Amino acid sequence: MKHRFLIVGLLLLFGLSSVWAQTEPPVVDSMVVDSTELFPAAVSDVQVVDKPNDHGHAVIVTWETSADDGGGKNNVLRYEIFYSTSFDGPFDSVGAVPAGTGEFRHIGSKEPLDSAFVPDYTDLFYQIDAVTADPTIRTTSDVLGPVQCSGQWFNTGRIPVLVAVLIFGLLTAFFVLSAKRGKKLYVRPIGGIEAVDDAIGRATEMGRPILYVLGLGSAADVATIASFTILGRVAKRVAEYQTELIVPTYDPIVMSVAQEVVKSSYFDAGRPEDFKEDCVHFVTQSQFAYVAAVNGIMLRELPATCVYMGKFFAESLLLAETGSLAGSIQISGTDEIAQIPFFIVACDYTLIGEELYAASAYLGREPKLLGSLKAQDWAKAAFVALAIVGLLAANFEWFEFTTLFQVID
Amino acid sequence: MRRQIPFGLVFIFGIFMVFQFFVPHEKSEWVYEFLLDWIIVIGIFALALGIWSLFKVSVEKIKQGKEGGNYSYITLVGLYMMVAFGFTQQTGEGWGLYFLWIMLCSACIVSLMRLRASTDSGKKRMWALASVGFLVAAVLVAIFDDAWAFFLYTPEGLENSMFEIFFDHIMMPILATMFSLLAFYIASAAYRAFRARNVLASLLLLAALLVMSRFNPVIPGAEYVANASNWLMNVPNLAAQRAIVIGIGLGIVGTALKIILGIERGYMGRG
Amino acid sequence: MELFERLMKLDRRWVFLLLIIVCVWAYASSFSVPILVMPEVQSIYDKVEGLPEGSVVLVAIDYDPNNLAELHPMTYALVEQCWRKKIKTIFTALSMNGPGMCVQAIRDITDSVSRDKEYNGVMYKGREVVNGVDYCFLGYKPYYAIVILGMGQAFNQPYPTDYYGTPLDEVPMMRGIINYDQVDLVVDISGGNITDAWISYGQGRFGFDLALGLTGVMTAQYYPYLGSGQVIGIMGGLLGAAQYEKLTDNPGRAKDGMRVQLPAHLVIILFIIMGNVGFFANKLRLRREGRA
Repeated sequence: MKHRFLIVGLLLLFGLSSVWAQTEPPVVDSMVVDSTELFPAAVSDVQVVDKPNDHGHAVIVTWETSADDGGGKNNVLRYEIFYSTSFDGPFDSVGAVPAGTGEFRHIGSKEPLDSAFVPDYTDLFYQIDAVTADPTIRTTSDVLGPVQCSGQWFNTGRIPVLVAVLIFGLLTAFFVLSAKRGKKLYVRPIGGIEAVDDAIGRATEMGRPILYVLGLGSAADVATIASFTILGRVAKRVAEYQTELIVPTYDPIVMSVAQEVVKSSYFDAGRPEDFKEDCVHFVTQSQFAYVAAVNGIMLRELPATCVYMGKFFAESLLLAETGSLAGSIQISGTDEIAQIPFFIVACDYTLIGEELYAASAYLGREPKLLGSLKAQDWAKAAFVALAIVGLLAANFEWFEFTTLFQVID
Repeated sequence: MRRQIPFGLVFIFGIFMVFQFFVPHEKSEWVYEFLLDWIIVIGIFALALGIWSLFKVSVEKIKQGKEGGNYSYITLVGLYMMVAFGFTQQTGEGWGLYFLWIMLCSACIVSLMRLRASTDSGKKRMWALASVGFLVAAVLVAIFDDAWAFFLYTPEGLENSMFEIFFDHIMMPILATMFSLLAFYIASAAYRAFRARNVLASLLLLAALLVMSRFNPVIPGAEYVANASNWLMNVPNLAAQRAIVIGIGLGIVGTALKIILGIERGYMGRG
Repeated sequence: MELFERLMKLDRRWVFLLLIIVCVWAYASSFSVPILVMPEVQSIYDKVEGLPEGSVVLVAIDYDPNNLAELHPMTYALVEQCWRKKIKTIFTALSMNGPGMCVQAIRDITDSVSRDKEYNGVMYKGREVVNGVDYCFLGYKPYYAIVILGMGQAFNQPYPTDYYGTPLDEVPMMRGIINYDQVDLVVDISGGNITDAWISYGQGRFGFDLALGLTGVMTAQYYPYLGSGQVIGIMGGLLGAAQYEKLTDNPGRAKDGMRVQLPAHLVIILFIIMGNVGFFANKLRLRREGRA
């Protein structure tokens, strides 16, 4: 009997438990509802466009941030962006941006074998996930697209640069032509350049060499190219006076070009047999090892004249002070603003900034070269006028004018 | 004709570079990258020319018996040693005959330098024999010594402890010393240059003192001095620098234009 | 009057001697120098501090051992800040001796990050910094302007492999990082002309956020770029490095160096004053003699 009660009791318990178990789903449902409430709102107003002014393989995705980003449930941590070449997927993650951001630039690789390759002229589809602190709780947007990316043949963001280059080119052409027609163009005297001939004469009288330093720039630097022109002039005079010239270089390409320049100058002076290739030589590409070598040459050879023309950095004062110790006449010229004061302090003559570029026109006195110099002056005047108008425009909030010169990359 | 071809090339590539700046298309980019690769290739060949020039000048110094000519040996042996360290690394625990190999190669370089510097034919023969002898010995050591190996295509050589020791304990202190000399030269130049000779020089002196004193807590009213020096740096200094920068910028564009159009030819040796 | 003339024409070796004595004394002393942080340094710190975990910062180690005293402390403070915040770092070295500097910095900072440390009241657990995961060192390539332009197309164009010979496509950290578009900040720490290339060829062409760490001598030259917005911040010389160390609460060699720099500046000021006293006294004497 007792057993029968026990069995019935167990059955009742089982039955009750099964009833309880059956009542469980609503509880589960309520949990699902709770977690659904945790899901953030999806992003809206998504737009995908080809990135303009580029080589292709890139798309710009923009969207209105989720209602739960910075408001609502305020639980969006970041947005994750996915893309696919098919509407049905599979979608690959291409990046993430923090909450509050409404734009993503999907810049792909142009190499087909690269995992990040994004093909041109192919339909691309995008999805954006609003992701919470728990990465599993996220809301995916609708599939967007198709969009196709492609490269452009003209960068419209650089129109202001093109206009400026064209105006400057036309100004140069105008002044070169008018100089050719015989119009006299005045160039103010440049002390540093005028001193070169005297300095070479001094070296000849003293029987000491001339040291020419082209600086630390590469052959692609305009300052170095301007320096080649002055070196040509110095080398020609040196060849005429039969003085020794030493040109230690920092860059092997600069060395090759400088050798050619000096060689041509010796030819022009009618003394090709006096040219020694080793007078222009390579030292090192380490900045201060170069300084040590050049300073060593100065103190051993005691040059009568040291010429520093080109790009100079922290070594400028070390060179110029050592030259001063060696008792040399020193002429310098650089477009490195920070080094100009050092040269002014320690050298006898200094070409400041653009004077270095003007040197070739000044030396040659050719109408073509003087014409381009005049164009620079007019361009400078235009800059000053535009700066004044820009100042007024910015103060009177006339932004149409200030944005006219904006270069967009 | 010898000069016309280079000028033609300068014009074509110069115009292309201007064109490329405004054309972002992949095809223009391809040509651009191709040209950049060529610059690197030319640079490597030029570096070889540079090292050859350094060798010739060093030998010439020895030949002429110039003061400090013996340093030329150190220059070239040092150059060789750093290259050798960068391409070799030990394969086991010890270094075996590695240092003997370094010494033999160094001796070979010295012999070659003496060979080129000698004018007497007897001495020339002697140095030629010596350099061949050292070279053969060095090759034999390299072949039969397994304690170290060459790594020409892989970067094991960068882990060579000799390379690190030479860099950290020789190169770094020497270069740091050279740079630190600047502090002394600046002090001496400032002492000689900053004299209140006239109104402008006095203003320059005042500005220099203010900028040097900024953030200097020893000076009374340090915060005012800091503010004044910042104003000097950010307003008058900036304005003057911008003016020079605009002038330089225009000068660069003007010179570049002259080079592309062949108006400026001085860099080709027509000064 | 003889004295004043001497003051004006003092042999430069006396200047050198006094300067070295003061520098050695200051280095051996233990006083500390208060550091005022300037906005141009603060802006770099704020930018890095605002980057989320997993962001990418490119640190260009463009200096040689000669600039190490001024520039190494900047690298140490900045990279340690990045790695503590789990910001990934790409290193390049476009200066010839830059790789040696970079390897040394990576070695030391990795060691420092492996220890627990507190910065600005936040405790950071020590962790192992892994090559290829936390950082990628691309190494040295000649012709920096070309390399900077090339990286704008794709990092693997100028650098098919990293410094240690691993193909760039196989470096885990570099997956998805194609060019500057995926880099949140570029910091160029430089002692030479490479900075110009980063500004004109890099920032000018590709428009990334660029911050500079420069030697004291160079700094004034780059202020115009700060005003024009091409550069987000500048750490100038030892002072800039000391300011960054202060901001990151990571005092190092720059803070020590400031102890030397301060009296050295005072010595220079003293000599300038001496020279001017001599100059004026001499001028006065000449004028009197002229009157007599």
